Amino acid sequence: MKTARSRHLASGTMIGLTYLAAILATLPLLLILAHLLRKGASSLSLAFFTHMPVPVGEPGGGMANAIVGTLVLIGIASAIGLPIGIGAGLYLAEKKSTPLAYTVRFLSDVLNGLPSIVIGIFAWEFLVRPIGHFSALAGGVALGSMMIPLVTRTTEEMLLVVPTSLREAALALGYPRWRTSISVVLRTALAGIVTGALVAVARIAGETAPLLFTAFGNQFWSTSLREPIAALPLQIFTYAISPYDEWHRQAWAGALVLISIVLAISLAARLATRSRFGAPVD
Amino acid sequence: MLQSTEVFREKPPRIVTPVVQIRAPEPIVSPEETTPCIVASHLSAFFGDTAAVKDVSISIPQKAVTAIIGPSGCGKSTLLRCFNRMHETVPGARVEGSVEILGSSIYGAGTSPIAVRRHVGMVFQRPTPFPTMSIRANVAAGLRVDSRSHAARGATSEIVEEALQRAGLWAEVKDQLDESAMALSGGQQQRLCIARALATRPRVILLDEPTASLDPLSTQKVEELVYDLRKTVTVVIVTHNMQQAARVSDGTAFLLMGELVEFASTSELFTAPKDPRTESYITGRFG
Repeated sequence: MKTARSRHLASGTMIGLTYLAAILATLPLLLILAHLLRKGASSLSLAFFTHMPVPVGEPGGGMANAIVGTLVLIGIASAIGLPIGIGAGLYLAEKKSTPLAYTVRFLSDVLNGLPSIVIGIFAWEFLVRPIGHFSALAGGVALGSMMIPLVTRTTEEMLLVVPTSLREAALALGYPRWRTSISVVLRTALAGIVTGALVAVARIAGETAPLLFTAFGNQFWSTSLREPIAALPLQIFTYAISPYDEWHRQAWAGALVLISIVLAISLAARLATRSRFGAPVD
Repeated sequence: MLQSTEVFREKPPRIVTPVVQIRAPEPIVSPEETTPCIVASHLSAFFGDTAAVKDVSISIPQKAVTAIIGPSGCGKSTLLRCFNRMHETVPGARVEGSVEILGSSIYGAGTSPIAVRRHVGMVFQRPTPFPTMSIRANVAAGLRVDSRSHAARGATSEIVEEALQRAGLWAEVKDQLDESAMALSGGQQQRLCIARALATRPRVILLDEPTASLDPLSTQKVEELVYDLRKTVTVVIVTHNMQQAARVSDGTAFLLMGELVEFASTSELFTAPKDPRTESYITGRFG
């Protein structure tokens, strides 16, 4: 028979191991952040955000075009991914058990697991090749296609958390079905849906593979959707594989900026969840 | 409209010991209001192939509280949900027979369930305030959705106050109308839901075990409220608490396995039930 002491020992060991696992789970992020800060912070300056890349050998320069390019790409991707994803999620939650719902649910899980490079190839096949050149639009479409399944499934999950009793309460007040879906169900789940959307944005902001042969990258200032556009991940890639120390430093700084954008979006997502059921709307 | 009175004149009622105190010996329905409010005839309600309510015919009087009692699963909530066409919102559910409310058939061709629900309010077992809305917006929710009537826009704040007054909640919340409804206690939330149902000035209000999730004090408040509501609206309350039925209602219907066993004035049903099954139930032999 086990003594109380041996049970305490076993319990203590297991608790210790879970503590260790919890710390190890956060360790990679902390190490990456520390390393990026050490390597990249020194190259960060106002010029990095406001200046264009300069030729090798010239000091200074920045990644203004890549920062703006990344924001443009996020914008296009959100314009495609959010409405389609939220709409599809609403459908899945409202028509849970139709054959179409099962199909959509399954296919969006498959799409979610698709390697991002494959999505890039498809955007190239359908947008780049017919048009004849790389473009910001093609990059945005590739990123948007990655967002759709993410947003669809989180929207569906958030809507399903809204209790049926709330739906019934609205119907019993004489709300039409569509009005119930939008002003009660969707509205109640909104904080969660916003969180899901921001997580999806954070997820695609740093994607490189789908941009390689769609947005392509651009050493010059461009915000045209029809032209190739610079993006932080692409710029980091180009600079990192170059033989120049100055470019390596810039790549570190770029990585730091990129990860800060992702962190900021994730923090915003956190805040959006926290204010759930908070401010009453009139 | 209480069907069993003639029967009792023929043979003297056998007095059974009531298990509950009866508060409302006389229905306070005045003679000119004796036209029935809800008339259901041969009403059956199905979930798929299973009948939850079987061939129920009942006339529920106006401006009175009618309780529906019966053991769990006897179809009392389903019957209630047939009176505002909520039953059909469940996938696979359907209704047979007819229901008239104040003379108009609610299942008639061309009658929209939305219009029915605007005239027949409903409150559920658990409080269901809309979590993203303020207290004020919750009460006004039913008004806002129906922009055609109610002269809503300008008069909303008066209607909100009146509804909260009628629900006995005004004094408690008048200084926090713009705060979240989720900050209220369970009992207050339930009275808020009653206020929300009253705001559209329905002719009928359906209560589906409104105190099932409340503590005794909140229950008492809701019961007092129900007792007062009969002056202005027709109330149908589903409860599996017989004491509650006896305390608040004028008439009581006993339902068993989807069938209406007996419908009589509350005092008669609890003191002199004519059906042996009712007697077994109210004396606590089953259920």
